[in-house]
Amino acid sequence: MKALIDSEISRAHTKPHIRGFRRPLMAVPVDGIIKQSTPSSSLRFAFGNVLAFFILLLIGVLAFSIRLFSVIKYESVIHEFDPYFNYRVTQFLTKNGIYDFWNWFDDRTWYPLGRVIGGTVYPGLTLTAGTIWKVLHSLNIPLSVETVCVFTAPVFSAFAAWAAYLLTKEVKGTGAGLTAAVLLAMVPSYISRSVAGSYDNEAVAIFALIFTFYLYIKTLNTGSLFYATLNSISYFYMVCSWGGYTFIINLIPMHVLLCIVTGRYSSRLYIAYAPLVVLGTLLAALVPVVGFNAVMTSEHFASFLVFIVIHVVALAYYIKGMLSPKMFKVAATLVISVGLVVCIGVVAVLVAVVASSPTKGWSGRSLSLLDPTYASKYIPIIASVSEHQPPTWPSYFMDINVLAFLVPAGIIACFSPLSDASSFVILYLVMSVYFSGVMVRLMLVFAPAACIMSGIALSEAFDVCTRSIKYYISKLSESLQTDAGDIVPGNNTSPQSDVIKTDKKDDLLKERPSRKNKKKEKENIEKPSVKSKTEKRPLVLPVEASIFALFLIILLAAFYVIHSVWAAAEAYSAPSIVLTSHSHDGLHVFDDFREAYAWLSHNTEVDDKVASWWDYGYQTTAMANRTVIVDNNTWNNTHIATVGTAMSSPEKDAWQIFNSLDVKYVLVVFGGLVGYPSDDINKFLWMVRIGGGVFPHIKEPDYLRDGQYRIDSQATPTMLNSLMYKLSYFRFVETDGGKGYDRVRRTEIGKKYFKLTHFEEVFTTHHWMVRIYKLKPQRNRIRGKTKKSKSKTTSATPRSGTTKRNPWH
Amino acid sequence: MTAEEWEDFRKGHPKAASLKTVPLPFPELCATLFDGNAATGNPSQCLKLQHSAVIRIQTSRTLEEPKEDNMAKFSIATVFIASISLLLTLTHSFSLENPTDRRILVLVDDLALKSSHSIFFSSLQARGFELDFKLSDDPKIALQRYGQHLYDGLILFSPSTERFGGSLDVAAILDFVDSGKDLIVAADANASDLIRNIAAECGIDFDEDPSAVVIDHGSYAVSETEGDHTLIAADDFIQSDVLLGSTKIEAPVLFKGIGHSLNPANSLVLKVLSGSPSAYSANPKSKLSSPPSLSGSSISLVSVVQARNNARIVFSGSLDLFSNKFFKSTVQKAGSSHKFAKSGNQQFATEISKWVFHERGHLKAVNVRHHRVGETDEPAIYRINDDLEYLVEIYEWSGSNWEPYVANDVQVQFYMMSPYVLKTMSNNKKGLYLASFKVPDVYGVFQFKVEYQRLGYTSLSLAKQIPVRPFRHNEYERFIPTAFPYYGASFSTMAGFLIFSFVYLYSK
Repeated sequence: MKALIDSEISRAHTKPHIRGFRRPLMAVPVDGIIKQSTPSSSLRFAFGNVLAFFILLLIGVLAFSIRLFSVIKYESVIHEFDPYFNYRVTQFLTKNGIYDFWNWFDDRTWYPLGRVIGGTVYPGLTLTAGTIWKVLHSLNIPLSVETVCVFTAPVFSAFAAWAAYLLTKEVKGTGAGLTAAVLLAMVPSYISRSVAGSYDNEAVAIFALIFTFYLYIKTLNTGSLFYATLNSISYFYMVCSWGGYTFIINLIPMHVLLCIVTGRYSSRLYIAYAPLVVLGTLLAALVPVVGFNAVMTSEHFASFLVFIVIHVVALAYYIKGMLSPKMFKVAATLVISVGLVVCIGVVAVLVAVVASSPTKGWSGRSLSLLDPTYASKYIPIIASVSEHQPPTWPSYFMDINVLAFLVPAGIIACFSPLSDASSFVILYLVMSVYFSGVMVRLMLVFAPAACIMSGIALSEAFDVCTRSIKYYISKLSESLQTDAGDIVPGNNTSPQSDVIKTDKKDDLLKERPSRKNKKKEKENIEKPSVKSKTEKRPLVLPVEASIFALFLIILLAAFYVIHSVWAAAEAYSAPSIVLTSHSHDGLHVFDDFREAYAWLSHNTEVDDKVASWWDYGYQTTAMANRTVIVDNNTWNNTHIATVGTAMSSPEKDAWQIFNSLDVKYVLVVFGGLVGYPSDDINKFLWMVRIGGGVFPHIKEPDYLRDGQYRIDSQATPTMLNSLMYKLSYFRFVETDGGKGYDRVRRTEIGKKYFKLTHFEEVFTTHHWMVRIYKLKPQRNRIRGKTKKSKSKTTSATPRSGTTKRNPWH
Repeated sequence: MTAEEWEDFRKGHPKAASLKTVPLPFPELCATLFDGNAATGNPSQCLKLQHSAVIRIQTSRTLEEPKEDNMAKFSIATVFIASISLLLTLTHSFSLENPTDRRILVLVDDLALKSSHSIFFSSLQARGFELDFKLSDDPKIALQRYGQHLYDGLILFSPSTERFGGSLDVAAILDFVDSGKDLIVAADANASDLIRNIAAECGIDFDEDPSAVVIDHGSYAVSETEGDHTLIAADDFIQSDVLLGSTKIEAPVLFKGIGHSLNPANSLVLKVLSGSPSAYSANPKSKLSSPPSLSGSSISLVSVVQARNNARIVFSGSLDLFSNKFFKSTVQKAGSSHKFAKSGNQQFATEISKWVFHERGHLKAVNVRHHRVGETDEPAIYRINDDLEYLVEIYEWSGSNWEPYVANDVQVQFYMMSPYVLKTMSNNKKGLYLASFKVPDVYGVFQFKVEYQRLGYTSLSLAKQIPVRPFRHNEYERFIPTAFPYYGASFSTMAGFLIFSFVYLYSK
């Protein structure tokens, strides 16, 4: 690569007429010259670099260790739902190797459809953890797969912090970079998805996202093909890791378009963008789950469109360099008129193609991003997921805390001066703010942008305040010198030179991008940067104000640290499969989920099918090793609707549905006894909606009394006869002596005494949080018709006697 | 014992493999110890006896080595082991190896019935059944002890019993049936509620009027005295060789008792002997004021039930149908000049008892296997578009041994929520059924399903789960002929770009 660049440079000298294209490649040697031109500060640089290195190391340690609260407070387990699937996949990978993983057809989920795991999973996380595990084993460090999975997320959050440092450094220099890295290391939003045990795609994807952005900016600043290639590879890793890669492939074209529109086109921009689209798309198409989507779906169209635009613009610049201004004008009008016609034609074809597909070529999740009401209107399965809901205002404060106030300051700092890099960061911020407002889950994409902005803001603020103080001190010492002239000169010159040198260094760091711009582009950029230099000089605050401001900034940062540590320790560390509650008589641990899964794995046949709402699918396959009907990978709406319909049907219909799916056991989660709010009764309306979306005989109003969802005596008969109600509240009245008080809904249940005819209870966990029922086999005999009444009357008296003798009374 | 049976047995009892050729060391001791059991003449049972005897003798040999004062302990141990082995043989006597029942409890109202119905009973005994006669109010009646059933079949010839003795009640009898045991119930005029309840639980609805009997002025049995036409000569049999044997019952069956009806939606019950179109159910002594609730050929005189677990039940509205008197009597149907010397009762009762005690119409499917065409090993997973073979062996119990079942209507389904493949299997007349087909182009978890339900036969329901996977990444064709223009395009573009770069960079 290096040789190539060198030859390019030599050719650039020999071929002056293609200067416009070749010049930016000189950036590397020019950079070196700048550095060499200030030999006096090299020691200082070295010292600063070492310091920065150790600071970064500590940031890494901080990022890692703040995420260990979950292990310390609970135990080293995999958290929540999706991580269990990833864990299971990783186990498979480490056991069977990469080719079997790629071709894995899983017959234990989505019975009887099965799922092609290799082709439907983003393999980045799994491969990463699998590689780590393998490397550790080849080094004779015998860690279990689970341990590796648990600690993958904290390790990668340290990487993410470093990537944030690199990115911000490219934008605003080392100081801002370090601040941004510290902030990112402990931003609660990111902690929530990357505590130890939270083994999910986002854990590595955020690192990949930031690193891709860094490499893009780096390429943009240097114009190096080497970084452009790295950028494509990093983008490939991102595509492997998370579906959120579409954010990158839309944001970068947007930035390119922005640069072109604002007249900032340069060949560096071309080098930063064109290889990314070509290589990145080719690489993305290699990931089985993406495949042809990389060129077929609307999410990727923006990048191709901009790809065309940038070529047109490049051609225009090239022609402009060749022709005289007058000729160029003529040519421009010609090309523009022809180009417009072609463009209109292409756009018309595109619109026609896109409009012919029912979803307009967009996947449901992406559509709900553009139109926040889309999901709730058309796709209940997307809307039913809590992390797909729009966030509330307090959640911003919870997740990014004081950064919310620092971000505007950061934006302002980015505008002075506005470089390609800083405009990119601003664009990133704006887009992610919008997306985070649509889906709570995308807060995660917003958090790094907020950290970078706040890092810039904090760093600038520090800069201004410390500079003012230093300026004041130097002035003070000057006046001291004039007052009492017999002070040792060496002693007081050093702070002065210090100030100057730091100023120089700061300026150097700050101005480096702009200076490069100045070199590479024409004079028009030079003017504002000179202006900014001249503007910066007089920005010296009064010393009292700056000391006070410094104090406030430190206070603010302290608040942030306290909040983050609190969030890491209290709010985001619970593994959700083990619940705890504090009450007056101490700590209560609810380990019902694992109890139930252990029961299933020990007391049922290996091939038995367990039906539950899809939330518990991943856990059942991973922990109980039983076949499930639906799971958290919600790829087949009809299948989920079938389960939803069964849950909302009366017992007999439900039995038939389940029996047709070979279901042996039904698992419901019930929180009414201990007050666990995210149980199946609270999710029940979604089951009705999703079921009703496919099977119209299930109607939501049948389950609502005057539009209200209730389970008390006012509830509708359809509700009280539904399988979910029956399975949740069967024998519930026995627990509190006849009252049947539900602690989640805070009401007495509507129907207290009933029997199950087609299901039998086989297991209920300690706190009744998980209840497992078995489908009764078909009756061995069919009873006669006419004698039924008679036989009942003869045997009814003792039977009713037994019901009265039940312990319910 | 055939070699094939031995193979089957050996699979279930791996330890027995070495015992086949080992002679019994102390045959006379065995004979005395297991006298009672060996008398049943069941070959497989006898082998089990040998098995346990060998174990016992081995044990005693090891115990014989110590000194004399251990003799007392030894004898206790011997008795203990012997009793355990006895118990084992008892519990194993009804197995898939031999589906025919062996021990049958007969409950009667009156022990005189034992002699009045002796022909029927002796025919059963002659076929190898052990009959245990008890009065229905005998306080020692028990169907099971320590969770083990003591009998394989139950004959209820006690139509008037209101309460059974001992622990027996309706629930116990139904439990007996639900655990796969067989039952013959004979009712009679003024049958008790108990019997009616048992019938109702099995889907048989006896006429609710307790005094009603079946009257037929059209096809009554001609007798010396002009009676009230309650003795019926019924000849409306079900057309099934499995139920009633291959020899046609020529003579009508004499019937005197109550009728019942079946729910047509109930697929488990069958009319074996139904009333003629002129039959009706009413009290012969009183005048008919309203139309009878049961009339015509909807009246069933004798019905059978085959429960889902293949337990078989016969309900007869007449106890006299099984009596010596009816067996031997001559019969002439009203309106017919032909007089049969002997009624069809004996043949009918014998054949239906053969069916109900699984001497006929009992199928078993063994050696279910499947593999790719050209291979023999059973794969754990198939790929779409694989060619496979599915094989199953089906045998029918003939009363003494398993014989190949030959039919041309056995079908196999390749099933995932709905049958993707439904194919009739070909057979080689030796019980081996085979179907070969191509796996559909759909992946998922399939099942091989054989649902074979034929009139009179036990239902065969086989399901075997097998996943079907899509192609692996390297199982696709690497080069597709139709894509050659694309290959050409990409390679020519690459070459063109190379040439262009070369010319552009190195030309002055």
